[in-house]
Amino acid sequence: MKKGLSKTTRSNIGTFLIVIIAYIVCEILLATGTMSSGLEGLLVPCCYYIILSVALNLVVGYLGELSLGHAGFMCVGAFSSAFFTRAVQNIITNQTVRFILAILIGAAVAALFGFLIGIPVLRLKGDYLAIVTLAFGEIIKNLVNVMYIGRDSSGWHISLKDQISLHLAADGEMILSGPQGIGRIPKESSFTAGFILVLITLFIVMRLTNSRDGRAIMSIRDNRIAAESIGINITKYKLMAFTVSAALAGVGGVLYAHNLATLTATSKNFGYNMSIMFLVYVVLGGIGSLRGSVIAPVVLNLLLDFFLRQIQLIGDNPVIGFISDNRMLIYAIVLIAVMLVTWNPTMREKRAALFSKSRRGEAE
Amino acid sequence: MKKFAKVTSLVVCAALAASAMSMAAFAEDATWKIGGIGPLTGAAAAYGQGVMNAMTIAVDEVNKAGGINGYQVEMNFQDDEHDAEKSVNAYNTLKDWGMQILLGTVTSTPCIAVAAETANDNMFQLTPSGSAVDCVANDNAFRVCFSDPTQGTMSAKYIGEHGLAEKVAIIYNSQDVYSSGIYQTFVTEAENQPFEVVSAEAFTEDSKTDFSVQLQAAQDAGADMLFLPIYYTEASLILTQADSMGYAPKFFGVDGMDGILGVEGFDTSLAEGVMLLTPFVASATDEKTTAFVKAYEDAYKDVPNQFAADTYDGVYILKAAIEECGATPDMSVSDLCEALKKGITSITFDGLTGNGTTWDASGEPNKEPKAIVIRNGAYAPMDEEPEATTEAATEAS
Repeated sequence: MKKGLSKTTRSNIGTFLIVIIAYIVCEILLATGTMSSGLEGLLVPCCYYIILSVALNLVVGYLGELSLGHAGFMCVGAFSSAFFTRAVQNIITNQTVRFILAILIGAAVAALFGFLIGIPVLRLKGDYLAIVTLAFGEIIKNLVNVMYIGRDSSGWHISLKDQISLHLAADGEMILSGPQGIGRIPKESSFTAGFILVLITLFIVMRLTNSRDGRAIMSIRDNRIAAESIGINITKYKLMAFTVSAALAGVGGVLYAHNLATLTATSKNFGYNMSIMFLVYVVLGGIGSLRGSVIAPVVLNLLLDFFLRQIQLIGDNPVIGFISDNRMLIYAIVLIAVMLVTWNPTMREKRAALFSKSRRGEAE
Repeated sequence: MKKFAKVTSLVVCAALAASAMSMAAFAEDATWKIGGIGPLTGAAAAYGQGVMNAMTIAVDEVNKAGGINGYQVEMNFQDDEHDAEKSVNAYNTLKDWGMQILLGTVTSTPCIAVAAETANDNMFQLTPSGSAVDCVANDNAFRVCFSDPTQGTMSAKYIGEHGLAEKVAIIYNSQDVYSSGIYQTFVTEAENQPFEVVSAEAFTEDSKTDFSVQLQAAQDAGADMLFLPIYYTEASLILTQADSMGYAPKFFGVDGMDGILGVEGFDTSLAEGVMLLTPFVASATDEKTTAFVKAYEDAYKDVPNQFAADTYDGVYILKAAIEECGATPDMSVSDLCEALKKGITSITFDGLTGNGTTWDASGEPNKEPKAIVIRNGAYAPMDEEPEATTEAATEAS
């Protein structure tokens, strides 16, 4: 086919095609009404998990640094955009315009945080970087939980103590109320919006990694001293990768925030467990593999929240009962098994042997 | 990589097949399909487990007694890990199962997220224990328990009207929606009451083992009562630590305090005289409570908490409301919701968590809270059963 194109370009086009075909198939199923609500409800979550996993892959796979703070960037994007949406709900009534603005704001604020955190943090390497980003994620979560912002006819009120000390007038409304978060967010995330954002994310990361800047970033990963010796500005390129990654994570957060009616920062959704979940997506999909970063979150989410939930609908027997009662346990076992089968060297050799045999079989 | 892609495409095909199968599952003969959602894994698992157990007991009882309007009841309980996103996934799964009525969700934040979905589908929702205001903001949602603000207002009124204290200190969990919600309305109402709030100290999920700072602040402010709008685990630590520093104010709690006598390793003599406003105590001696507690203990070797009692009542409230409006399972989800909205607002319900409970269109229950005091190592009703709190409940809702 496209003989003139390089291997990476072909692989990238393939990834785009996978995403577009998946989108078309889902849209057809939606239009004909054959998609179950369980699957339909997972479409938008899959989109933001893909975005997060691709964003993190930029840092882990291409920059070669371990970040455990991406849930924090997601949190920043989610809260800033949801805050914006709630604040201008009555001013900008066009939903599409408001949502696009929310995405830009979420991305910009997350990028700003990524940049600010990046300046001190990127002087560190390896484990130290991981620990500091982990702490950053926790700080963001706790910071959101003590912020109380409301408004009334006399303007905005902000407190770091509690809602009472805002002294809101009778016509006032709370926008962000500490641990109760932001409520009544209009549901603006749609599968189409998620799909477009996934494409944009992939495009940005692919363009970046195939550019001069991207090669500089990868040279830092491969050999920092060699890169420095040929005059590559390490700090600049590290910051660039980190900021872009944070901005994309913020976009994922925007989708997340506008998919649920309520947004709270708990250790469940924006804690370090979530950051590690993203890392699992990246590692399982393959470090530095964008296609893997697209596929892994979809597969894992379908497994956890679709198959293991829906399996009980098939029938009523002890095995199925056990599986659906111990969903999290089965998920963990499958995760370990997949990790071993996919990335264990011995298994890879066996797989390769099997694969080449079957290919020979096809040729005959 | 190609192999991986192949596997993935297989998985996707299987997904589609499974989704098609779940569509086929709709065509069933007529039974009531009541879904439940709550945390069965994670930190809040105890609450969801209690709710699932109580729901199972109640549904079995109803089925043995001939079902609702002559139709048997099926239940399905899904785990939400106490997370809004997972809760919506659980809800969608239940929809695939064919759920007609939702008895859930257990915890507040997921409940708000799911309530937005049920409003969208116009599915009737009765939450046993989602106590945040927004849980029942839509007109298809009702609740069994009191809302957080109601509890705060009622507690403040109760303390004020009975002259229980002059200076009140509060220790609350600022990261918990339930605790901070009650705290806020308590302080707001306290301004109208003859007592004074002298200190309000917060703790967080990460610092809930050492309360000496908060207790010291309360003692320094000269508080003669400590208001604890928190769960019993932390409350038991506060009581122990207050005792060890020789500080003995009166203690006043809300329904989260129920269960304090069952904390392992806790010296229950310290809880002597602790007051709490709660709709349910497992050691009550009325016929309904003893029957339920016995059934629960027989089946699960555990004492039911308030979440379980709310759920048990919830099933019977649904039964009463369905019988009131004469609905049948072959009605569409939306028609059923409209019928049940009329049904629930016209019943008067007597259950474990209060007698003579009624609902209005706001979704809030009108019932009396029971004021309980711990005496001789057991929960006992406060002597004066006041009319004042009844008024408080009516006004606040």
